[in-house]
Amino acid sequence: MWLIDSSIGRKVVMSVTGSALIFFLAFHGAMNFVALISEDGYNAICEFLGANWYALVGTVGLAALVAIHFIYAFVLEVRNIRAVGGLKRYSRKERPANVEWASQNMLVLGIIVILGLALHLTDFWSKMQLQDIMGTTASLEGLGQVSPTDGATLIGYFFGKTYVAIMYLIWLAAIWFHLSHGFWSAIQTLGWNNDKWLCRWQVIGKIVVSIIIAMFAFVVIGFWFKAHCC
Amino acid sequence: MDKNISFTLKVWRQRGPKEKGQFVSYPMKDIPTDTSFLEMLDILNEQLINKGEEPIVFDHDCREGICGMCSLYINGHAHGPATGATTCQLYMRRFNDGDVITVEPWRSAGFPIIRDLMVDRSAYDKIMQAGGYTSVNTGGVPDANSIPISKEKADLAMDAASCIGCGACVAACKNGSAMLFVSAKVSQLALLPQGQVEAARRAKAMIAKMDELGFGNCTNTRACEAECPKCVSISNIARLNREFICAKLKD
Ligand code: HEM
Ligand code: SF4
Ligand code: FES
Repeated sequence: MWLIDSSIGRKVVMSVTGSALIFFLAFHGAMNFVALISEDGYNAICEFLGANWYALVGTVGLAALVAIHFIYAFVLEVRNIRAVGGLKRYSRKERPANVEWASQNMLVLGIIVILGLALHLTDFWSKMQLQDIMGTTASLEGLGQVSPTDGATLIGYFFGKTYVAIMYLIWLAAIWFHLSHGFWSAIQTLGWNNDKWLCRWQVIGKIVVSIIIAMFAFVVIGFWFKAHCC
Repeated sequence: MDKNISFTLKVWRQRGPKEKGQFVSYPMKDIPTDTSFLEMLDILNEQLINKGEEPIVFDHDCREGICGMCSLYINGHAHGPATGATTCQLYMRRFNDGDVITVEPWRSAGFPIIRDLMVDRSAYDKIMQAGGYTSVNTGGVPDANSIPISKEKADLAMDAASCIGCGACVAACKNGSAMLFVSAKVSQLALLPQGQVEAARRAKAMIAKMDELGFGNCTNTRACEAECPKCVSISNIARLNREFICAKLKD
């Protein structure tokens, strides 16, 4: 099967799973942004998704995408380390000017992303969809029982804590760097590129990714301000 | 007026493929800056021979940037700090008095070290062989006014064909990927009508060989393009991906 045993095939898997995750982030970011405009509106979205079958199918699909992307990332890395003859290579190495830092540190950035994801799932998913699936509610210190679909309250609770807000911002920065390279790399991998479009895709990628990450970051910062300055 | 510089050369010495290598430092005195890098190594080798020591083994042939034999990793760059130039086209005026100049061989599993700075690049020949022959439909007498190949395509094919197979792309790539080389070799034919008959077979066979020989997976870092002495563009890699993916989807 060429998606497993050829180098380009493996890259195609990275590209397709990565692109699908970018799509998901775009929707997720847009939905979060609603919370800044209207908390009731946001909770309505939480209710709409909840533990309904389509939300569950989506969650399982996402988990599969992340798992495949993650496993392939390591498979590629191990092969690449072997291809250069081990971890120690040149005694002196300089990065040429056109090489993005992110492009050479995709795995490290990805690992930060997955750690952030673990934090995120314990903060939000375990209090929301998981509770909905089990038919229970989570209780939080100082808040008591929180309804699984009362996302706005949870956002306020977590991002009101300064250290949580900072951790989320670091996480978002890591995702931004990962995707600032990942976006055009995914397109290049699919062969949808030429001398003219290379630069264009890089710019389009940076813009799209910055918008997505900004949507998330505004929510974090906005709710921190609500908790501390209002 | 050219001046003379003195510097220290830190050179990788390794007696054989299996032997352990190490860096050896050689002080170089009063080298004119219009000496080429390889001439400078010739000077050093002459000194070593006169002292009864083993000369440093390194690859070279044409010394005018067309054969692709020279292959030194100098101060953290494949083919040294100059861009768009091979090692043989590098001159000592790029360096300063008192510098420590580190010289290493290409380091990749696909290019095992033979001795000192010389590596075995026959993996590239094997990939070329896997590409196979090209059928040319000579047809009848062409119409005098017809232009079977557009200027744009002809230029792109020529640019791809400028690859000299030096291996700097693999040496520079953090993943040890040979994609720039293979993409140049696939592109130079894929763009022309003569190359069409075997196009799909060629892309698949060359990639299969490349993978079999243990080269890494491209992650589009663009280091290859930056260090390639012929400035081969990574848009060739996009074309190779396209050719390969389409060929596989058709199967
Ligand atoms: C689970 C943690 C993650 C790890 C360990 C990881 C690791 C990697 C690695 C090693 C690459 C290969 C570098 C390259 O091909 O340029 C890559 C590519 C990519 N990743 Fe991730 N990543 C993770 C999460 C994500 C997420 C959450 C997204 C999307 C929101 C994403 C999107 C992409 C994209 C679009 C590519 C480019 C694919 C290509 O070049 O063909 N990754 N990732
Ligand atoms: S693509 Fe450039 S760096 Fe790679 S082998 Fe050809 S000439 Fe050398
Ligand atoms: S010796 Fe021929 S290209 Fe350098």
